[in-house]
Amino acid sequence: MEEGKPITKNVDWMVVLIYIACLGIGWVNIYAAVYNPETHSSIFDLSNNAGKQLMWIGTTFILIICILVIDYKFYETFSFIIYAIVIFLLVVVLFAGSNINGSRSWIKFGPMSLQPAQFANLAVSLAISKYLSDPAISLSRKLKDYYPILGIIALPSVLILLSNETGSMLVFASFAIILYREGMPGFIPAIGIVSAALLIISLLYNSWYIAGAIIFIAGLVIWLMPVMTRRQGGLWATILVALVMISIAFGVDFFMNNVLQKHQRGRIMVLLDPDSDPRGIGWNVIQSKIAIGSGGFTGKGFLQGTQTKFDFVPEQSTDFIFCTVGEEHGFVGTAVVVSLFILLISRLVILAERQRSRFARVYGYCVAGIFFFHFLVNVGMTIGLMPVIGIPLPFFSYGGSSLWSFSVLLFIFLKIDAQRPFTLSRG
Amino acid sequence: MLENRRFVIIGFFALIGFIYLFRLFYLQVLDESYSIESSSNSIKRVIEVPFRGQIYDRNGKLIVYNTPVYDLLVTPYKVKVDDTLRFCRVLGIEKREFDSLITAAGSYSRVKPSIFLRQLSKEDFASIQDIMVDYSGFEFAKSSMRTYKGATLANTLGYVSEISKKQLEKQEEPYYRQSDYIGQTGIEKIYENELRGKRGTKFVMQNVSGVYKGAWKGGELDTMAVAGANLYSGIDIDIQQYADSLMMNKVGSIVAIEPKTGQIISMVSAPTYDPNFLATRHFSKNYTALYRNPYKPLFNRPVMASYRPGSTFKLIQALIGLQEGVITPHSGFTHANCPIGCHNHPGTPTVALGVTHSCNPYFYNVFRRIIYNNNISNTFKASAAGLDVWHDKISKFGIGQQLGIDLPSERKGNLPDKKYYDKIYGENRWKFSNIYSLSIGEGEILITPLKMANVAAIIANRGYYYTPHVIHGVGESKTVNPDFLIKHETGVEPRNFEPVIEGMVGAVEGGTARRSRVEGITIAGKTGTSQNKRGMDHSIFIAFAPVDDPKIAIAVFVENAGAGGSAAAPIANLIIEKYLTRKITNKALEERIMKADFMKNVILPPPSKPVVKDTIKRRQGIPMAPLEKPIPSEINWFRKF
Repeated sequence: MEEGKPITKNVDWMVVLIYIACLGIGWVNIYAAVYNPETHSSIFDLSNNAGKQLMWIGTTFILIICILVIDYKFYETFSFIIYAIVIFLLVVVLFAGSNINGSRSWIKFGPMSLQPAQFANLAVSLAISKYLSDPAISLSRKLKDYYPILGIIALPSVLILLSNETGSMLVFASFAIILYREGMPGFIPAIGIVSAALLIISLLYNSWYIAGAIIFIAGLVIWLMPVMTRRQGGLWATILVALVMISIAFGVDFFMNNVLQKHQRGRIMVLLDPDSDPRGIGWNVIQSKIAIGSGGFTGKGFLQGTQTKFDFVPEQSTDFIFCTVGEEHGFVGTAVVVSLFILLISRLVILAERQRSRFARVYGYCVAGIFFFHFLVNVGMTIGLMPVIGIPLPFFSYGGSSLWSFSVLLFIFLKIDAQRPFTLSRG
Repeated sequence: MLENRRFVIIGFFALIGFIYLFRLFYLQVLDESYSIESSSNSIKRVIEVPFRGQIYDRNGKLIVYNTPVYDLLVTPYKVKVDDTLRFCRVLGIEKREFDSLITAAGSYSRVKPSIFLRQLSKEDFASIQDIMVDYSGFEFAKSSMRTYKGATLANTLGYVSEISKKQLEKQEEPYYRQSDYIGQTGIEKIYENELRGKRGTKFVMQNVSGVYKGAWKGGELDTMAVAGANLYSGIDIDIQQYADSLMMNKVGSIVAIEPKTGQIISMVSAPTYDPNFLATRHFSKNYTALYRNPYKPLFNRPVMASYRPGSTFKLIQALIGLQEGVITPHSGFTHANCPIGCHNHPGTPTVALGVTHSCNPYFYNVFRRIIYNNNISNTFKASAAGLDVWHDKISKFGIGQQLGIDLPSERKGNLPDKKYYDKIYGENRWKFSNIYSLSIGEGEILITPLKMANVAAIIANRGYYYTPHVIHGVGESKTVNPDFLIKHETGVEPRNFEPVIEGMVGAVEGGTARRSRVEGITIAGKTGTSQNKRGMDHSIFIAFAPVDDPKIAIAVFVENAGAGGSAAAPIANLIIEKYLTRKITNKALEERIMKADFMKNVILPPPSKPVVKDTIKRRQGIPMAPLEKPIPSEINWFRKF
């Protein structure tokens, strides 16, 4: 870094602006979510979540300055060490963690609590980036190159599962995006998506009908297939795929009824039909949809939300913060938030693609994937398109750990990106 | 090559973004089921039920009003009753009833309050208020109960009760909701739209436990409840109650009309009952008892019971005869050549004397002349043509059609015409000799007490009438239904009324009704004796007074009480005297009439089951708390007044 240059030099201002906009909108909505019309508490009142969030935002800015000051090479150099520290904290928390909301995943420092699981994303992202920065590694040719990556992901996954934070663990699915970008054959995510779709269809319809449909489609594919392809094994491949799919359809029934625990089964069934249990598991989904739906086009107005106040929607300031946006600001508000996220992650992909080092590119994709996954699941669950999984909406949900981890994640990438003109390509 | 995968990735992000945007647009803008009114549970629409309009009598006395009462509400999931028996004793209900009420409330909602017991009076409320604190899950809500002046006018006023499922489904605009009250019959039904007022709507905010959190948007969208319109009736409640007392132990009707306006002064359907019994929460029990009562107290006799008018009909025959010119005031007839018998009376050389002595052969001849008042030589054809002319003339008196009174279920009665007899005998197969019973109001003609009172009003007015009506003013402005302002002419000239009225005065002074004449008031009246298949003749009397400036026209029907002069005439004349002078001179007559029991003459169909007795037993079995209105044993209800 050259002397006398401001630390903000070359930082991508578009991302920073989106980030600030998200923080601001999020903070105001946390205030609205916890606002009690009877007491008129101030947005700066430290006793409520809005005041606390402001404190978290303040400390986040300090963190950001630290990140921008530290040399960009630090993150690449110390990737595995950071990973090791986080793994250590995850182990510590299993034995010494405080129990909050049924999961032993918090470490308390006086009045503040931190959740190491929130930083696992960062650690895994850095570790994967570091591993992939070796130009000899090819995901498109060598199967054995996948093993270290699986190991990097599996270790924290197991620890997080043990501390009962399934939601945070699922976020690791987002690394599929970077693996795909770095050469993983396209049929693997395709199989993933088809399987997910098949899973949902299997829950909705009788397995025998699905089997019939699959056989019909397979027959159609074989019939339309060029003769050459058919002779070269296309026939058997199609039949094999069809058989696998049919066994998935039947397997799902078995899985649902015999493997899953009751509340897990409930969460999945509620996704398909919230009215099946309106007072129990369906409650969250129905209330959340009512809150968002009642906002209409322009919303009820700032602090005028009624579903999100008065305790109809649970977890209003954390996991269900999007409901407050939907109720008070209507479709206009939700469209702005959705657009901000799509803009942010697209911009991150574009930034990642312009990196000269493979480490930076992989890391950029990791960040984009993690934000995307949180957005996908969090917003999806409030509008009834995803099962209820307790993960936050980045920059919006109340919570210090998540705000810190998302900010650190983002600004490390911005710092690396800012140094791009001075790095030489090694990848 | 792998760089191009970024487009797949960005495309995937954008696809998800668009799916979410579309879903949000659908939820927030397109799908109405999530709009505030339909599904928002934090904003509750609270309906404010307005006070139902009150009803006044002609002297400004309240006859129907609302009493503040308390409804007991229950929230099933909060209910904690340790000592159910004590709880039931306090409320005066049975354990069985308690269980079914709780179950019913629970099936509506476990978390929302619903009605447990309706209409606890202020006194009851005060006496159990502190005890109820011991039982969680119960709360009181202010409400109001329809209250009637007493055991009178039951069928005229009607009653209100909870809307039935059928009515809920049948309503044209969705106004009523379950457990709303609605006027079921009588004035309460006819004027339902005026009486009910306008419901107010308040939007209030509540939290997830249903706790009130203030008005939504500061009450911007709220509408105020507007109380129902008051109704002003022509009923004189004092006269009404006096008439009720005279009709004690009798089955029948009284209708008294103010001739100049058509306002109904009094309307008795005997036996009656206390309409308050149907206003309480014991509606269904009480209604069943009334419904099963063999004397049919729910049958509104003045407008629904059809009788042969008997000799009272001779008045109309005389009027038509005079107007048609087939007789003059000085036409005289003897008993000769008449198939109808008569009693012993002085000669009848004039119309007036014919009326006074109610001579059957006289009106046989009058009717014969009316029917044959044409040039057709064939007696069959002449009768047919004559009957239709006669039918048209009589129709002008409102007979054989609905008068249009503001009460439900008004019957037309029956006024036979050519078609009617053609159906019975065949065309040209009947003539005057088949239908002459009509001349004296017997045979196929049927008339309601209301129509007969209206005939009295027509004679009092010398030729016209206004549609009889109970309510003549609605609301603050006392708006009048324009139909009640239309003067209906009968086509009979005033001069033709004088001989008939002279005869009516004679009937009261020295004729068939002489035993009930009133000192100092000239009453014109006419007795009737209606033959019927069920026992003794019905006693009928119509009258108006004073003759020169008629203030009241009346018709009295007493079933199975014999000749018109014996029961109906004294009742009518007592009411006239009471109405005009507010006192009674002939106390002996009054006492005799009040004590007279004609009910024992009424032949009842054998009761299929001893239902009334059964009901009494059941009620006696229940330890009654002083919560409800004391209900006398049904059998004595109408014998009390």
